Amino acid sequence: MARKITYQQAINEAIDQEMARDENIVLMGEDVVGGSGSDGEMDAWGGVLGVTKGLYGKYGDRIMDTPISESGFVGAAVGAAASGLRPICELMFIDFMGVCFDQIFNQAAKFRYMFGGKAETPVVIRTMYGAGFRAAAQHSQCLYPLFTHIPGLKVVLPSSPYDVKGLLIQAIRDNDPVIFCEHKVLYTMEGDVPEESYTIPFGEANIVREGDDVTIVAFGRMVQQALKAATALAKEGISCEVIDPRTTSPLDEDSILESVENTGRLVVVDEASPRCGMAADISALVARKGFSSLKAPIEVVTPPHTPVPFAGKLEDLYVPNPDKIAAAVRATAGYNA
Amino acid sequence: MAQALSVEDLLDAYRTMKTIREFEDRVHVEFAKGGIPGFVHLYAGEEASATGVGMHLRDDDRLASNHRGHGHCIAKGVEVKGMMAEIYGKRTGTCRGKGGSMHIADLDTGMMGANGIVGGGPPLVCGAALAAKRKGKGGLAVAFCGDGASNQGTVFEAMNLATVWKLPVVFVFENNGYAEATDSRFSVSCKDIAQRAIGFGMPGRIVDGHDFFAVHEAFAEAAERARSGGGPSLIEHKLDRFFGHFEGDNQKYRPAGEVARLREETCCIKRFAKKVTGEHGITAQQLAAIDDEVAKLIDEAVAFAETSPEPEASDLLTDVYIKY
Repeated sequence: MARKITYQQAINEAIDQEMARDENIVLMGEDVVGGSGSDGEMDAWGGVLGVTKGLYGKYGDRIMDTPISESGFVGAAVGAAASGLRPICELMFIDFMGVCFDQIFNQAAKFRYMFGGKAETPVVIRTMYGAGFRAAAQHSQCLYPLFTHIPGLKVVLPSSPYDVKGLLIQAIRDNDPVIFCEHKVLYTMEGDVPEESYTIPFGEANIVREGDDVTIVAFGRMVQQALKAATALAKEGISCEVIDPRTTSPLDEDSILESVENTGRLVVVDEASPRCGMAADISALVARKGFSSLKAPIEVVTPPHTPVPFAGKLEDLYVPNPDKIAAAVRATAGYNA
Repeated sequence: MAQALSVEDLLDAYRTMKTIREFEDRVHVEFAKGGIPGFVHLYAGEEASATGVGMHLRDDDRLASNHRGHGHCIAKGVEVKGMMAEIYGKRTGTCRGKGGSMHIADLDTGMMGANGIVGGGPPLVCGAALAAKRKGKGGLAVAFCGDGASNQGTVFEAMNLATVWKLPVVFVFENNGYAEATDSRFSVSCKDIAQRAIGFGMPGRIVDGHDFFAVHEAFAEAAERARSGGGPSLIEHKLDRFFGHFEGDNQKYRPAGEVARLREETCCIKRFAKKVTGEHGITAQQLAAIDDEVAKLIDEAVAFAETSPEPEASDLLTDVYIKY
């Protein structure tokens, strides 16, 4: 039975349903409870934006506040995962990977292969990413391409309340380390979400909107921006197919290539920096494996290669928006060799 | 707190120390002959440390090691032939030839891995200890670090977290005087690593790491504290390594003659043999029998490694979730 809830509520519900199902699941992170050790109330925050609020009351010491000590507790989550627990670890902002990256990419990501297939590391690292909060250069980045680069990590970018619940349950049940990237602007987005538990498989793109003239591949929050552009472009007679890969690793190459085979035109929209990001990666994929389908040069829409600025005017200029996406679509649609 | 050690225990301890020594001396020789690829960091000289700790560990206890991990593996019960084959990069190795000397792991025996990253293990051990604590069966986890790792932020974070969450962890610092080619008197900001325990709210002890009995006794106390819910401890073993940082190290940073002198003066195995034959009624013949047994085991391990097959080309793409 579906009803409308927010992206944030869908995350909370996914964790709640999974923790009720499997007592090996624990949740840890900075202020995921809030109030530990103080004289005031427990569950004071339930996460910095309240995403995990209420879980402490149900699951007690399975929900653990940590010191602000990312290498320590992310590493502990990884070690616990290799020792029989199934931890969900909250890295408050993806920007903080800088102070714990070793535990993710040299430890968690390596165990299965480096130990000859004899180790499993079922850890989910939930982390908030993206611009739009005027949070500036160290709290707004889209660093998921860095994780995508590392073999051994699965990287998930849910773009809607429905997807975030199904993908998070999938992530929790997965036996490999999963980097689960939640866009902070999407937390308040409402959508239809079934009450019951369900999973969405990794590596299967969602064709969010079907169309024949131009393929738009968009990631995370950019899916919603691309849909807005597609709606506007439809009024101009340009039919866009919008593809949400849902996971950057594993990546559903086939859905992208099949769409481009039909449309012959590709726009990639990514909120990450332009060099070595998803826009460059998808462009390279289609240039290599879908070259004969292309009727026009590939267009990409990304921020400029700068840190995320603070001032609202500058941040708005920085982030790709429907107008910029529409302009890129018109450019490729209007190109005639 | 010290547990009475039976003759059987002492013979086991000797067998473990001797196995580590023979293993490392042989790897040194075979590496020089060109049979072993990659980077190898030998543990010879430090055997009493791994052995005195390892004897307290149950099968369900977990151990995280470091670059210099062969001794910890052996003391935790990892099978020696598989280790040797792994060091040779063979398909029969503990990690099927995909890990190598710096990454030998065997989760079935509780060995969470040597580690190629200095300070990589302690945060992991906190997680293993959390899992043990939740199981409630008195399990513990131990992290072996060198004096080099004692300066890593990850280690500080792990020690803080272990106290905050009251985890059953023992942090063992093997201070062999050198982090790579840098003296710990230069790189460690306090006189003794054990002093750092105070800052993390846990007991810290300095132990003569050449003395099996001292190591064994100190760890008994820390293990008891961990298993009974008392939280983490730090133990610093002062000891020496008999080889360089890695095989091929010119060791010019060490004073001339230091290694030869240490092998003569501080050898933990000689010291152990002298004590047990003098005070525990063990005979030189009993030890010699173990020497023969160990020599045979290491010969067999090398033969096994040398004759084992290389990985298949197809192994390149196994143990991953997706192939591009």
